[in-house]
Amino acid sequence: MFEIIKSRILQKHRTIAFPKKTAAMPDRFRGLPVIKAATCGPECDDCKAGCPTDAIETTKESGLSIDLGKCIFCGQCTKSCPSGTITFGNDYRLAAAARGNCVISSTKAITPLKPLRPELLSLFKRSFNIRVVSAGGCNACEADVNVLSTIVFDLSRFGINYVAAPRHADALLVIGPVPRNMHAALKKTYDAVPDPKIVIAAGACAISGGLFSHNSQESIGADSLLPVDLYIPGCPPHPMTILDGLLRFLDRIS
Amino acid sequence: MIHPDFYRIRNGHAIGLDEVPLVTFTEFKPILLNAVVSGARVVLMCAVPENVFLTKGHSTGEQMRLLCVMAWDEEGALGLLTAQVGDSFISLTPECPQVHWFEREIWEQWGIFPQGHPWLKPIRFHKPYRKNPRENITETEIGETVFFELKGDEVHEVAVGPVHAGVIEPGHFRFQCHGENVYHLEISLGYQHRGIERAMCGKGFEKRRLLFAETMAGDTSIGHCLAYTHIIEAFQKMTIPPRALALRGISLELERLANHTGDLGALAGDVGFLPTASYCGRIRGDFLNMSALLCGSRFGRGMVVPGGTGFDADIQRTDELLARLSSARKDVSNAVELLFNTPSVMARFENTGRLASQAARELGLVGPAVRACGIRKDVRSDFPTGIFNFAHIPAMVWETGDVFARAFVRWLEIQQSIGFIKSQLSNMPDGETMSPDAGDRRAPEMAVSMVEGWRGELCHCAISDGEGGLSYYKAVDPSFHNWIGLAMALRGQQISDFPLCNKSFNLSYCGHDL
Repeated sequence: MFEIIKSRILQKHRTIAFPKKTAAMPDRFRGLPVIKAATCGPECDDCKAGCPTDAIETTKESGLSIDLGKCIFCGQCTKSCPSGTITFGNDYRLAAAARGNCVISSTKAITPLKPLRPELLSLFKRSFNIRVVSAGGCNACEADVNVLSTIVFDLSRFGINYVAAPRHADALLVIGPVPRNMHAALKKTYDAVPDPKIVIAAGACAISGGLFSHNSQESIGADSLLPVDLYIPGCPPHPMTILDGLLRFLDRIS
Repeated sequence: MIHPDFYRIRNGHAIGLDEVPLVTFTEFKPILLNAVVSGARVVLMCAVPENVFLTKGHSTGEQMRLLCVMAWDEEGALGLLTAQVGDSFISLTPECPQVHWFEREIWEQWGIFPQGHPWLKPIRFHKPYRKNPRENITETEIGETVFFELKGDEVHEVAVGPVHAGVIEPGHFRFQCHGENVYHLEISLGYQHRGIERAMCGKGFEKRRLLFAETMAGDTSIGHCLAYTHIIEAFQKMTIPPRALALRGISLELERLANHTGDLGALAGDVGFLPTASYCGRIRGDFLNMSALLCGSRFGRGMVVPGGTGFDADIQRTDELLARLSSARKDVSNAVELLFNTPSVMARFENTGRLASQAARELGLVGPAVRACGIRKDVRSDFPTGIFNFAHIPAMVWETGDVFARAFVRWLEIQQSIGFIKSQLSNMPDGETMSPDAGDRRAPEMAVSMVEGWRGELCHCAISDGEGGLSYYKAVDPSFHNWIGLAMALRGQQISDFPLCNKSFNLSYCGHDL
């Protein structure tokens, strides 16, 4: 017992001060892309050609746009671009409530995530139970979803918990591209969650199929099967991206 | 001693396709079985279409070959052998259990029937790679197969999954129990199958190959990525600058540190010892954040690229890493010593989920799971590549084969990895982190690459098409070898010990399913 107390003192208090203080990200962290307007050469689509997940579109009208729901934040576009148009910033706030809001361009900045509609907010704001379903991912999203329940982020201080049974859940958090072998299991889990229910898609795979969008396993993301209410981009999303998304969605921060 | 019928290959080196030895199946079977008797183990066994061995212009239809890579760990020798095979062959599993999963895979992928396989069922539940249908197989839907059943009075079955009660990957487990005691556990996977192996050589996926390697198992990004880049570098005859080798080694060991620390915390959690569970959960994050300091990603994404590393570490960064490492070392030592000094924890760890050394050897297990059975094998010391040619990390073993041994081996490895990273950071070679651009594309070649990931041995095998593409790709995650180890360790245990045993192996679903 004495040893445990001694060790408790040595290990210190480790919960981050967020949301009171902003979270510091590593300097090489690839967060929200920054697109500089009008530096592109005519007819140049080198970034698009370099992008492994077809997240970049170039059109005459809107210029260059990036779909954060497809982007895996690999930074290949930055390397391919001859004029330094795309750079990755340090901003981890990427979550969006509509699939269309995941798309940013030189003229359209990211739409700040708005809270859930009031009638649902009154139900979920102070107590929000999430059932996580991993469907064909690579396990990195699980890891960074799971890490929110460690003492560093301490998710339960916000009244948000991961629960074991879908029947105890208010929301389904889907990770992975949802390949064919998970279709039935995901649908069954969704059906077992009582109404009203929220569906969250975390990670490029769950939003669009990500890297696996064109393979043989019909994996194109959660909204091919379920109505998604919250999209959290990233590959995997940084724990801060997920936490920020959840708290904004529940109107706990603004 | 390596048998003369095998072609001796080197880890991470390419060979010409005309050098690949070919025998008939009648010759193949005794050669392989004798090799196993002489102390070798099967690293990889797969079926390869004959046409990838032939130069352009030859069409062969549906001919297939069995390809086998064997390791003689003690002498550091790798042997390659291929054999012609028709639509069926005589199963080697009854005499050599370690190929059981490989034979099931070959049957599922290519429809080549291993006659006499004692438990032939799909392992991933996907459509076959060839047009002709698999023999004697009707199930295509996931989970629809004939499960083992225990018959008798008062026996019962517990079915768990695919969706589990935690934030973990999907898989299906069936326990055959009598009271609390588990007589058999059957593990049925495939829910995470994304078709990566096929996509690795698919047209239009060239830009994604490196990323597929990074996501074969997300917690082993560096490991799988290294196995892949070693192959590409072998094909392109690249020489990797020493600084990049050091950075790669540091990244690989950081990955091991993060996962081993996380596992020790989770084991503590599974026996209800919350102090170490919380501390290690946090310290694991500290190691992940060290990876993020190097490359911006907690999982090392973008760090390893063909030719070197995607990022360099300046002096401020190496100093910062050293400082963080020494504070993490203090914290993790404290947390783990507390764990092992707590009698109630040791009472739960010791003698739980014991796996006999002989069973581990016969089943061909790898990684900490096999080292915890007193078997000394580790790719870093037996088949060193990269930085491990110059800096030696001794293989850590413990004899008891129980949950404690698997936990303790992890702790020993944590200490070794911290020491290794410290010494690398303090003596970083100068120079570039990328080799000059790739040389000419040459004739088709084959390469086998092995890396000791944190979970154990990763093996990738590829054949190039001579035009910059790949015509065959095979990846074996340590989980592929080790899932059966978990099933065996649980025999005779109480069903309530399953979470603890499971965590002590901590195998990958996606790495298995690919």
